[in-house]
Amino acid sequence: MGKKVIERLQKDLGAVILETSEFRGDHEAVVAKKDWKKVALFLRDELEMNHIIDITAIDYPEREPEKPRFELKLIARSMKTGHRIRIATRVKDKEKVDSLTSVWRGANWAEREVWDMFGIPFEGHPDLRRILMYPEFEGHPLRKDYPIGKTQPLVPYRDVEGTEKLPPFGDDEGQPFGRIDWHARLAGEDIQVSPSISQQTGGRKSLSAGPEHGQKE
Amino acid sequence: MEPHYEALEDEHTLELPSEPMRLNMGPSHPAMHGTIRMVLDLDGETIMNVDIQPGYLHRGFEKSCERGTWSQVFPYTDRLNYVSPMLNNVGFALAVEKLIGLEVPERCTYYRTVLGELARISDHMTCNAATAMELGAFTPFLWLLKVRDWVWDILEQETGARLTHSFGRIGGMAAPPTDGFKESTLAIFDEIDHAMMESEALLMKNRIFLDRTQGIGGLSPDDAMAMGCTGIILRSTGVDYDVRKAYPYMFYDRFDFDVPVGHDGDNYDRFVCRFEELRQSMKIIRQALDQMPTSGPVMSEDLRYVMPAKKEVYTTIEGTIAHFKLVMEGLKPPPGEVYSFTEGGNGELGFFIVSDGSGTPYRVRCRPPCWYNLQACRDMLLGDMIADIIPTFGSINMIGGECDR
Repeated sequence: MGKKVIERLQKDLGAVILETSEFRGDHEAVVAKKDWKKVALFLRDELEMNHIIDITAIDYPEREPEKPRFELKLIARSMKTGHRIRIATRVKDKEKVDSLTSVWRGANWAEREVWDMFGIPFEGHPDLRRILMYPEFEGHPLRKDYPIGKTQPLVPYRDVEGTEKLPPFGDDEGQPFGRIDWHARLAGEDIQVSPSISQQTGGRKSLSAGPEHGQKE
Repeated sequence: MEPHYEALEDEHTLELPSEPMRLNMGPSHPAMHGTIRMVLDLDGETIMNVDIQPGYLHRGFEKSCERGTWSQVFPYTDRLNYVSPMLNNVGFALAVEKLIGLEVPERCTYYRTVLGELARISDHMTCNAATAMELGAFTPFLWLLKVRDWVWDILEQETGARLTHSFGRIGGMAAPPTDGFKESTLAIFDEIDHAMMESEALLMKNRIFLDRTQGIGGLSPDDAMAMGCTGIILRSTGVDYDVRKAYPYMFYDRFDFDVPVGHDGDNYDRFVCRFEELRQSMKIIRQALDQMPTSGPVMSEDLRYVMPAKKEVYTTIEGTIAHFKLVMEGLKPPPGEVYSFTEGGNGELGFFIVSDGSGTPYRVRCRPPCWYNLQACRDMLLGDMIADIIPTFGSINMIGGECDR
């Protein structure tokens, strides 16, 4: 499916195509980061690849510093000829890549997801926000150095610009926004559920049972 | 007394003054399936802009895949599109088999086809039933779900589970078809036809239904392709892209079936295309059941990738070793990366998998069709009214498990 595309790319773009490979019928061409958008435009305009399939990334932290860490992939196909091609480029950490939203509008969410999951920033993207995670999330979860069991800080309260709303309770009220230290609690310390009670009673280290408790009548 | 409406002859003065309003819809709104939030900018009731925010059902599918073995991914794939889990099972199995270069027995491929198409029937039926129900037509919903339950009865009879089957295996299926598979499958087809006919009779001439679907939520073919839409959403705009026809996988080139396409890409076209595709699925199942060999294995016998039979494990040293290696280390595909794609319930369901040669996937990327379809939802909604969100969003068939992964 992609053999003719590879031949055409090599013929017309020449040195822009750094490597080509074929594995189990999938054809892939590797381009430099600076040619990323140029190749995408060539695919769309010259090869009539008007159907974007996917943009995704892979993280190879161990291949640094010989090769850049991230591998960005683009899959596109042509509705007319049915040809498919996969284009790859290599990106260092925190290095910006040209956004393809002006080539295919469907790249918008795909690039937002890559930014969210891998932290690859896209230049020229109209709306580069996190998409699957919330804005306060720390780190980029699909990076290999993000531990799967990592806990995130709890978000106290989010102010939305232009809206008037009051938080449900103040900083010193209700449940604490910190993680509960279960080791300390099981050892008999830090049994206060609410910091507000502790503030009112001057650090009382006992738990109040009743009067609503069933056994106290 | 003079009638005071004389002063309002010009109809523009009849409009009430309005100022833009921001409205938050979802994620707990029932029509948003509990997983999508839409921030709407409204002028009166007209949608001027909408920010669609997915992610409320994100479970880290891709990250979770990177810590088990290749076989342990199957239960996660069940939970992607949970209305047609069998299609995801088969899609992932085909991806790993492509990476390995593993051939599966012919009977298995037919079996996968039939189970997959049954899942597609359940998927399309659920979507159309829910769309009708969200527009107030509760009767078709109950009729169609009753029939869907019979489809699930067959899947339960075959796999042991109604919804999360985990029935696919790398190199085959977990068990061969049961004895009465063909008969029980064919037995419900008349009922499916009947339920569809009845539902269509209720809906297709219903003024309320037509007004709320025809010409609402339209999308142009060029936009749909540039947005990466696939499946029904793309076909309803008039583009005949069905993976089963365009890039035949399994034995889809052996069956005679049509790809229904729409014309305007509106809610009505999507609704009609779904029902028509459901009939085509039944056509495929009939042919597949006729062609399927009645005996033979449904698992490959390559001990590097496929679990040996229990009898072999307990009686031969080769079986014991193969079992031990597969359980403790997992099967080890050659290093490389492949993109394998199938026609899922909502469009092109792709798995881009990368192996480093170990027993654990290096990267499993699921290309969810819903993700791109939902992205195009903004184009469909702009300029429509708030009430049009319900049928438009319903006919996209956004499945949270697949969209957010």
